[in-house]
Amino acid sequence: MAKVKGAVVVNIERCKGCNLCVVACPSQVLELSIEANSKGYNFSTMVVPDSCVGCAACALVCPDACITVYKVRL
Amino acid sequence: MTVNEIINPANLVYEKPKVMNDTPMHYCPGCSHGVVHKLIAEIIEEMDFQEKTIGIAPVGCAVFAYKYLDIDWQQAAHGRAPALATAVKRLLPDRLVFTYQGDGDLAAIGTAETIHAANRGENIAIIFINNGIYGMTGGQMAPTTLVGMKSSTSPNGRTVPLNGNPLDITKLLAQLDGTCYVTRQSVHTVGSVRKTKKAIRKAFENSMMNKGTSVVEVVSTCNSGWKLTPEASNDWMVENMFPAYPLGDLKDL
Ligand SMILES: Cc1ncc(C[n+]2csc(CCOP(=O)(O)OP(=O)(O)O)c2C)c(N)n1
Ligand code: SF4
Ligand code: SF4
Ligand code: SF4
Ligand SMILES: [Mg+2]
Repeated sequence: MAKVKGAVVVNIERCKGCNLCVVACPSQVLELSIEANSKGYNFSTMVVPDSCVGCAACALVCPDACITVYKVRL
Repeated sequence: MTVNEIINPANLVYEKPKVMNDTPMHYCPGCSHGVVHKLIAEIIEEMDFQEKTIGIAPVGCAVFAYKYLDIDWQQAAHGRAPALATAVKRLLPDRLVFTYQGDGDLAAIGTAETIHAANRGENIAIIFINNGIYGMTGGQMAPTTLVGMKSSTSPNGRTVPLNGNPLDITKLLAQLDGTCYVTRQSVHTVGSVRKTKKAIRKAFENSMMNKGTSVVEVVSTCNSGWKLTPEASNDWMVENMFPAYPLGDLKDL
């Protein structure tokens, strides 16, 4: 079976901590950080990077276009 | 393979469209407006129309849409976007011309402009963000506010005897001979985002093929006005907005 592995990069300063990407991720990769960005928002971050499949669900629902997605076939 | 090895331009599958610039958007966290802006930017980029698109920004929360997408814009007086779009498209028929309007803008103060532009069959695309409320001015009742829905001007919920019936203006626009494509979509899930993108793309292509007026309603959330979290707003929308404003194509000629 072809395996895929993904990773996302969140534009921390652009993120508004709305949590919609966290809810949209089918693999529970993301959570809001304890730390806040300069505007006071708890930004989205990968907490279980190993589970990311690069499906881009998080990026598609993000209202502020904060997420860049990468994917490789292993 | 480590995360750092995966993060490599060769493995890129999604990034912010280039037509959307780096200016931070003023919308509240989780607002549907941002998702729709992003889709419009992606489509214009994919059509390679950055130099040929003129957007008409409304009055409402999206009044500053022109700050975020690097295309040509005009900003219309409240509700007048379809009238301005009519002029722009007639003067520059080779351009892609679209309006971007909220429900207060399109279905209250701009009802006449909307209906007549659509009835004339102007070759424009109308992107209609229906969040059932006047978001920008503090969550007042709109024509689209649901029966029973609370707003700052219907604090106990809208009632038909006092406030009249909610206006399904999209259904009305579908009846007009000038419209070629009328659809109702949403952007709360991955699947719905993909469908809305296809719908807006079709509306844009119709504008370029002079097929008449296309209307893409996006049933949306205004979590600040609704006083819910973004996530709870999506659930509330599915439960309450969708029965009144069912998703799908109303007309596709
Ligand atoms: C001529 C005029 N009347 C009233 C207003 C006040 N006003 C500004 S935005 C708005 C309603 C916006 O609601 P909507 O179009 O639904 O946009 P949203 O903010 O919900 O996206 C109103 C009544 C105005 N700016 N101009
Ligand atoms: S790309 Fe898919 S799996 Fe990875 S974080 Fe985003 S939603 Fe989750
Ligand atoms: S959806 Fe976007 S803005 Fe919202 S928390 Fe995730 S990255 Fe941040
Ligand atoms: S007030 Fe409502 S429509 Fe306006 S930006 Fe905030 S959530 Fe969006
Ligand atoms: Mg509104």
